[in-house]
Amino acid sequence: MKPAPFEYVRPQSLAEACELLAGDEDARAIAGGQTLVPMLAMRLARPTKLIDIMRLPELAGIRTEGGAVVVGATTRQVIAERDPLVRAQLPALAAVLPWVGHPATRNRGTVGGSIANADPSAEIPLVAVTLGAEIMLATPDGPSSMPADDFFIGPMLTTIAPGECVSAVRFPVWEHRSVGVGFFEVSARKSDFAFASALAQVALDEDGRCIDIALGVGGVGDRPLRLDVSPLLGTRLDAASVAEAVHASAGDLEASSDLHASASYRRRVAITLGKRAIEQAITEAGARPLKGAA
Amino acid sequence: MKVELRVNGVSRTADVEPRKTLLDTLRENFLLNGAHAGCEHGVCGACTVLVDGEPVRSCLMFAVQADGYEITTIEGLAPAPGELSVIQDAFCETHGLQCGYCTPGMILSAHALLQHTHTPSREEIVEAISGNICRCTGYGQIVEAVQFAAGRLQKSNALRPNHVSPGHHGAGHDAPEEGVLEADAPKEIV
Repeated sequence: MKPAPFEYVRPQSLAEACELLAGDEDARAIAGGQTLVPMLAMRLARPTKLIDIMRLPELAGIRTEGGAVVVGATTRQVIAERDPLVRAQLPALAAVLPWVGHPATRNRGTVGGSIANADPSAEIPLVAVTLGAEIMLATPDGPSSMPADDFFIGPMLTTIAPGECVSAVRFPVWEHRSVGVGFFEVSARKSDFAFASALAQVALDEDGRCIDIALGVGGVGDRPLRLDVSPLLGTRLDAASVAEAVHASAGDLEASSDLHASASYRRRVAITLGKRAIEQAITEAGARPLKGAA
Repeated sequence: MKVELRVNGVSRTADVEPRKTLLDTLRENFLLNGAHAGCEHGVCGACTVLVDGEPVRSCLMFAVQADGYEITTIEGLAPAPGELSVIQDAFCETHGLQCGYCTPGMILSAHALLQHTHTPSREEIVEAISGNICRCTGYGQIVEAVQFAAGRLQKSNALRPNHVSPGHHGAGHDAPEEGVLEADAPKEIV
């Protein structure tokens, strides 16, 4: 038994879970536990109590709600991966899920857990930031929400306060007729932590002009980052203009160095993947493949 | 804490500390030693068991979290004492066992895959066992074993449920239904 001793509580309601979390700042919520349990085993975390929120009905399910798909926090990653609503309306989430861990960890790992864990190279937080999702929170004072961009504040750091818990993620749906997605990541082995990853979503009109575009990169800095490629809006996209926009937006990209990859390597890979992700998204959105695309 | 778990179709109770993993509970309390302790922090896949029919790392789940789910260990795959399931048999025939440490996890991952599809591609097999590390580096024969088992199951004409069904003899074994002969099974020795 490698984890330090803790108390285990399975509350019957979300309100009770929040009360338990507010009552003891060393208590931790557990859902799938696919990151938390290794941290307990290595004793990097020593919570006094584990509050098991996995079976709370308030946190379950995937539904549409006013131009968004709301994914309940305890939705297991494998369920979201197979969900027809996600495939049809959230192609970006559908594209990244096969890259999240391994099949056996996706069977237990949850969408909300990945968000709350805030790993800078994790794929689900990257989708949330790229699409401008809202993180829905349960707090002792009732429900609240926070834009994903403000929610992630550093490696494994979020704005969650004691007594709060991620209840759902509200991903906006792009209603345009032709939407395409591109996703790439570079890691030492498939399913390992990404050195860098890039996710793009592009919408084109009938004439092939870009009417909406989003680009995000993960694994590069201390949290997922959305890059500003708005100069591409309203234009016909070609390889040269995409490359120019990605380079310009990545100019002040703050990358971090570690044992696995240097900051400059990460920045270069992110730029290359960013271009490829946009190009793939354009192709998928139904436009002709770009001339001269790498 | 007292927990009541459904393991291989049988209800079992144990008194465990909350920090006791499902893996340790299966091995120590129920003497089911087929799930192996490898890295014990979710990297190697040696501890794989099926939870409601899907592969899960039993070192990343506490026994107290597991009540109410159908848990299947490698011991639950054999159709009857002294017999092997089609996948277990295929591992023997193609030399997919090697040192044997990763084998239970590999077989359970393969079992879940073959419950979903009768005709997996090589890529799907590789993806399905990507969370199971073999330190003999013998993935060649393991992939071959899963392909071989898939072929045999296709020919067996046996109905297979989408999910592991509880009860019967062990849970959701992959052997042909009773009375259905496997196409290339050896003739019974009289």
